Amino acid sequence: MNLYEPVFPSLILALPLVGAVVNGMGAFLWKDNKIIPSVVGPGVLVAAFALTALNTVLFWRMGAHDPSVTGLWTWIESGDLRVAIDLQLDQLSLLMCMVITGVGSLIHVYSVGYMKSDPGFSRYFAYLNLFVFFMLILVLGASFPVMFVGWEGVGLCSYLLIGFWYENREYASAGKKAFIVNRIGDAGFLVAMFLLFGAFGTLDFIPIMEAAPGSLAYGGLLVTGITLLLFAGCTGKSAQIPLFTWLPDAMAGPTPVSALIHAATMVTAGVYLVARSSVLFALSPVAQTTVAVVGAATALFAGTIAIKQYDIKKILAYSTISQLGYMFVAVGVGAFTAGVFHLMTHAFFKALLFLGAGAVIHGVAHAWNHGDEGNQGAADTPWAGDPNDVRNHGGLRKFMPLTWVFMWVATLAIAGVFPFAGFFSKDEIVWYAGVMGNPAVWAVSLSAAILTAVYMTRMMMLCFHGNNRTFGGGSGGGLHEAPPVMWVPLAVLAVLSLVGGWVNIPSSLPLPDIHILGDWLHPVFAQAEAVAEAHGAHHEYVSPVGGGEALWAGISTLLAIAAVIAGFLWLRGSRSRAAELAQPAGGVSGFLHGKWYIDELYDRVVVGPLQAIWRVCWTIVDDGIIDRAVNGAGQAVRVLGWVGGQLQTGRVTAYLLVFMLGAALVLGILT
Amino acid sequence: MNEAGGLAALGLHGQIAVFTSAVLFVIGAIGVLMRRNVIMVFMCIELMLTAGNVALVAFSRAHGIEGHIMVFFVMAVAAAEAAVGLAIIVAIFRHYGVVDLDRFRLLRW
Repeated sequence: MNLYEPVFPSLILALPLVGAVVNGMGAFLWKDNKIIPSVVGPGVLVAAFALTALNTVLFWRMGAHDPSVTGLWTWIESGDLRVAIDLQLDQLSLLMCMVITGVGSLIHVYSVGYMKSDPGFSRYFAYLNLFVFFMLILVLGASFPVMFVGWEGVGLCSYLLIGFWYENREYASAGKKAFIVNRIGDAGFLVAMFLLFGAFGTLDFIPIMEAAPGSLAYGGLLVTGITLLLFAGCTGKSAQIPLFTWLPDAMAGPTPVSALIHAATMVTAGVYLVARSSVLFALSPVAQTTVAVVGAATALFAGTIAIKQYDIKKILAYSTISQLGYMFVAVGVGAFTAGVFHLMTHAFFKALLFLGAGAVIHGVAHAWNHGDEGNQGAADTPWAGDPNDVRNHGGLRKFMPLTWVFMWVATLAIAGVFPFAGFFSKDEIVWYAGVMGNPAVWAVSLSAAILTAVYMTRMMMLCFHGNNRTFGGGSGGGLHEAPPVMWVPLAVLAVLSLVGGWVNIPSSLPLPDIHILGDWLHPVFAQAEAVAEAHGAHHEYVSPVGGGEALWAGISTLLAIAAVIAGFLWLRGSRSRAAELAQPAGGVSGFLHGKWYIDELYDRVVVGPLQAIWRVCWTIVDDGIIDRAVNGAGQAVRVLGWVGGQLQTGRVTAYLLVFMLGAALVLGILT
Repeated sequence: MNEAGGLAALGLHGQIAVFTSAVLFVIGAIGVLMRRNVIMVFMCIELMLTAGNVALVAFSRAHGIEGHIMVFFVMAVAAAEAAVGLAIIVAIFRHYGVVDLDRFRLLRW
């Protein structure tokens, strides 16, 4: 019996939409007014967050257990197909909404400072509000099609915001790349929906998840196909191997966009999808293994690339891909709670990292525009004038002490150092990867965790420590801390990055036993766990090489601390730092700097042949056959017309002759 | 009325009249096609109409009064046509100074 009744659930959606409409109008009507977007943009988000928080508290305090579905209207009704716009509020969607509106509010507030001098201020907030609206549809939708609407909507907003500075051709192309690469995965999502409808006759989550264990064979071809196709959608949206290439390019957008869309919320939609379909994935061990293996491979792979990048946002982008890989490892081995847990903590510390990077970029660009010295970074280098490049940073600790502190908090959190948030969530994933997955996934996850500590420390050292290189080795005059509107959200996120992990502390650790998140999410995943248990999944709680959770948690945090300290000491020396700053010439570091040349590989293997096919279609089919046929038809009509025209002599007698011959002919035929 | 009899039902005089009508019509038609002077073409058209009248009268010997009635209609129309046609020809002559049909080719593309 659910005592809980949702309080204005549709208003949670409506608020960001209203913001998008108002700001969208503002982009045309009061273009130069910065006050209305600054109030409306973050305002609707804060209101939506308050409403979500109210619903969450009510849901919790009233001891609600089952999801609560609010029907709005019927969208499609055709034969057996009935798709209704229903909102599903349960533990998972409420948690996601809390993250989206909470972190989203902070990022909106930050954006007021970051985008202050941008001419597209109102347009920016219109897109950002619209994004939040679609993201909330994605997590609140009670059926696959409604979720898909949100899924595509956030893709659209991602495209719009990546190409926000569309005057730059490269940025506009990055937006297109993100959109097109996502389409590949979305095709899988669509086909999976067709299969689901064929199997169940409905697309609503609750009936499907209830019927699935009974009507789909465990490990059967159908459920494996459905889940693998769904996962294909996830690889696009959540930037996993093989469709991850769009995310690093997506950094062309404004930095708060990267924080909100490409770190905290949209890219985690794939993890949410797998968690939402947990019963289906639990029914297919093949799909689960695929998810876990792809996740682990992505985590390691992206981590290696991040080690040799110089663009601060690219480092964070590859780090995001790597952390998303972790989440997929968790949901792949069946530890759904751990995956969602990491999703939440990652939203805190990765948003913080991106916003901190934004503060750095903002500060450097600002100093260049207003500084006393004219030269922008080391002259005559490929990276001169690029505020994103860590080779133009260095020693920023002196100028931006607050940002420096917050960034270190986030770095320690993502590296998994006790007692920061990442320690609890990441450790749980690595632990379950060993217990419920297989030794290879566990080993890869553990080594990727060390890589995380390494590349994050490298980024921090190059950016904030050593000598300042912003003015080519000069004084660094003009660099200063970000304004409060920017650093206050950073401070909030820093607190969350510290305490965010304390909601779910494993009982095996010698710490207070807190299971708020696990208990909260348990009803959502109970069914999937029941399916796994019914099919003989039993776990011995020791790692693949022995030892309990407490031991391995200790080992991994010590490894992370060791990696951080090693990186710190290594890059403190000026000679090794100079070596690290030099452009990698070749060998392994060049290979990693070149991102394993995956983009080049795709260019050769996918884009090249496609372009060859298009060229054939263009020159032979289109120009050769279609155009020739159309032009030929026109030519034939012209010739025919010319011949007919020759009959028209204009001489009356000629017409009369024809007329008489015709009359004679008709009479001859009639008689 | 004997439809099946054809020309035989007309008798000798009737047949002569029909033959005359055919000759007149062909002469008129050839004149229309060959002559270039508008006046001559016009007169040839009148000739063709007259040929038609002769045929109508000849056939009405065997088929009743309707042919005679038609002839009066044709004559009335021919009179009207002559009035209009001659007026047009006069107007053309005043405008161009010639009445040569080959000079008027405005109907061409």
